[in-house]
This record gives sequence, structure tokens and C-alpha cells, in this order.
Amino acid sequence: MYSFDMVRPTSVADAVSALGQEEAQALSGGQTLIPTLKQRLASPSVLVSLTGIAEMQGVCREDSGDLAIGGGTTHATVAAEAASIYPALAKLAGGIGDPAVRNRGTIGGSLANNDPSACYPAAALGSGATIVTNTREIAADDYFQGMFTTALEEGEIITSVRFPVPEAAGYAKFEQPASRFALTAVYVAKYADGVRVAVTGASENGVFRWTEAEAALSSNFSPDAVAGLSLSGDDMISDLHGTGAYRAHLVGVMTKRAVAAAG
Amino acid sequence: MAEVTMKVNGKAVTKSVKGNTLMTDFLRDELRLTGTHVGCDTSQCGACNIHVNGSLVKACTMFAAEADGAEVSTIEGQSAADGTLNVIQQAFQDHHGLQCGFCTPGMVMAAASLLKENPKPSEAEVRDYLEGNICRCTGYHNIVKAILAASGQDVSAIAAE
Repeated sequence: MYSFDMVRPTSVADAVSALGQEEAQALSGGQTLIPTLKQRLASPSVLVSLTGIAEMQGVCREDSGDLAIGGGTTHATVAAEAASIYPALAKLAGGIGDPAVRNRGTIGGSLANNDPSACYPAAALGSGATIVTNTREIAADDYFQGMFTTALEEGEIITSVRFPVPEAAGYAKFEQPASRFALTAVYVAKYADGVRVAVTGASENGVFRWTEAEAALSSNFSPDAVAGLSLSGDDMISDLHGTGAYRAHLVGVMTKRAVAAAG
Repeated sequence: MAEVTMKVNGKAVTKSVKGNTLMTDFLRDELRLTGTHVGCDTSQCGACNIHVNGSLVKACTMFAAEADGAEVSTIEGQSAADGTLNVIQQAFQDHHGLQCGFCTPGMVMAAASLLKENPKPSEAEVRDYLEGNICRCTGYHNIVKAILAASGQDVSAIAAE
């Protein structure tokens, strides 16, 4: 690793001011950033650790009925504390990586990184969540802007994420067995005004909504509803784990499984 | 350099660390607690698993400065002061849950976390929890058996392999 300093602010305001320094970089759970630093793919002058900020921790149900999760909340905490409010989201969190990774990795870190094969982007887009930062609120539909690219500005911090709680939801992940990332995974959520379907691990452009499946499932919320639908594999990720055509096929299969899991 | 203070295996320590000092390097090089092993250094193998404030974490994927104020447990703190093994360590010995022993510290720390969360896990739950721990010798069978035995379950029907 290159050398850098580390600061651990205890408030969002102090973190924002620390991030104003030249070449400063936010550090949340570090489960992606620390391996990146080891490979010398990043060279910050100072890391601003967000793990000591109490106001960014925890899971709570707001008066509106929405589920709010602090940006610094670990996957393990979401898995445990969101289970009674939004079971599909808790199950997704409990399936990320392995137990040790879930005890460090955070929802804010995952969404800020926007790995094209990560789980949380599918939940946030599939739920129509709101990404709350220190300066504004961003709808998930506007937030994800392609592989490893988001609407976040330099130095902007995800302080919390607000999820409308659906009537039913399910997540089906075809796991890449070595990394436990999604080879392809689909999140399906049914709301009073329609169904949302978000796909991760498949597209070269990162997480996306499968609108044809949304229309079909909005009129008939059953696995059979998407039986005749298919996607092109042309813009899908193609690597040694699977071709674009294979991933396109998996999207259909995982969508059916996600609907079946939603019950 | 920043000063960090933490409790490691019940003992208070205060040291100056660089921003990029990993917890593995802090434990091994500064505190000479070399039981925390570095297998892959890429968060895959779990040989460096420790407990920070009671939670299982990979010490290679956390900075020492982030543990300021924390309670840390390592493999060195698992046995009694006179060297008597704890129930998990003893079960690993009794059921041949190790061969070369390199992954064992991480396995024991993971097993301790599992049994705290789930005192009577099924075999499938043990295997699922060990997803982040790699062993290149045993084929996992006797590790799983040892953990089931440490949980007080009867493993006599599980054939030795």
C-alpha cells in the first residue's frame, strides 16, 4: 500500500470537512477499498473512516412506514434488524460475502462503490429506494449511472438509505462460488402501484431495471408471467464464468425464482 | 502516525500506528501475536479471523487505527492461562480437525462466533458459516465434525474420513 493518514471523525459534519482535504477518500467497511489499496489501485493522502459516526448507524422504521438504514450500517446488522420489517432485504444482506465480511461491509459503502455484481444495488433499484446524502436525496432511478459510477459528487457521503416496504419481494442470486458475488441476480418487489425488477451481475452498464418483466408481473405476479420474455446477451458481461448469452438466460431464470421466493 | 489504544485478549495496549497499518501487521509485528495467520491477504481465506467487539472480522481487511477503543480477541486468548485448550480447540484436537494447522486459528475464531450466535448449529449451518474460511488439507469434514462436537452434539454417527 502507498502511505496515507487516517482520521476517524465522529460526526457527518466533521467527515465532510475532512473529505475536503486534497486526495481525501472515504473509508466505510473497507471490504472493497482495502483490497484496492493493497493493489495500489488507489493512492489517497488521507482516509476518512466513517465507522465511528453514530448518526450513520442503525435500522429503523419511519412514521411514513419506510425503512431507514444508516449508511454505515453493516450487512450483518441489516440481516438481523431488518428481518421483521423487510425480510427480503434482510435475506439479501445476510447472503453477501461471508460472516466476517458482513460484520464490516456497509450498505453505504456498497452503494457508493456500485460494483456491477454487488447485491445492494439490486435491492435499492428494485425497491425504488432513496439515497440520502449529507446534501440531498437521490432517487435510485437517478443514482445508478453505470458500472462503478453513481450520482455522488466528490466528497458526498451516503448518510442513510430509505426503502419503501413492498407488499412482497424476493431476491434470487446465482452465486459465483469463489467470490460469492452475483454471477447474475434479480430483485423483485411488488408495490401497490406496480412491480419493480432490478438485475445485477449481468449488464456491462451495471444494475438495471427489466421493464418488460415489470409490466408482465404488474398484471400477473407469478413466475409464469415472465416465461415468454427474454433479453439480449449483447450488452451483458462475458467472462470465464459465463457468456453474455448465459447471463441473459440467467436473468429470466432468476426472475422466476425471485417471484417464487416472494410468495 | 496516530496513537491507538485497545484491549487485546483483555490486556490494554497503546501504540503509535501508521494510517496504512493493517490489523494483521499490528498484531503480528507490533504485539508479536503471531497466531493470527496471513494466508491470502486478500480477504478470501479467513486464516486471520479475529473478534473485534465480539464480531468476527478478517484482520487483513481492517486497519489498526479503526480498532481504536475496541476489545479485540485473537487465538492467543482462547485457551486458559495455563494452556488448557477451550472446548472448540479441544474438539479440533479430538476429532482431527487440522492437518498442517495453518488455517486453524481462523477456523477456531469463526467457530466461536458461530456457536455464540447459534449454539446448536446443523451441519449445513456450520458449512455455510465457514464460507469465508479456506482449508487446503482436511477437506473440511473433520473441521465440521469438531465444531458440531464442540456444540455438545453427538457426532459418533459421523464416519471419520
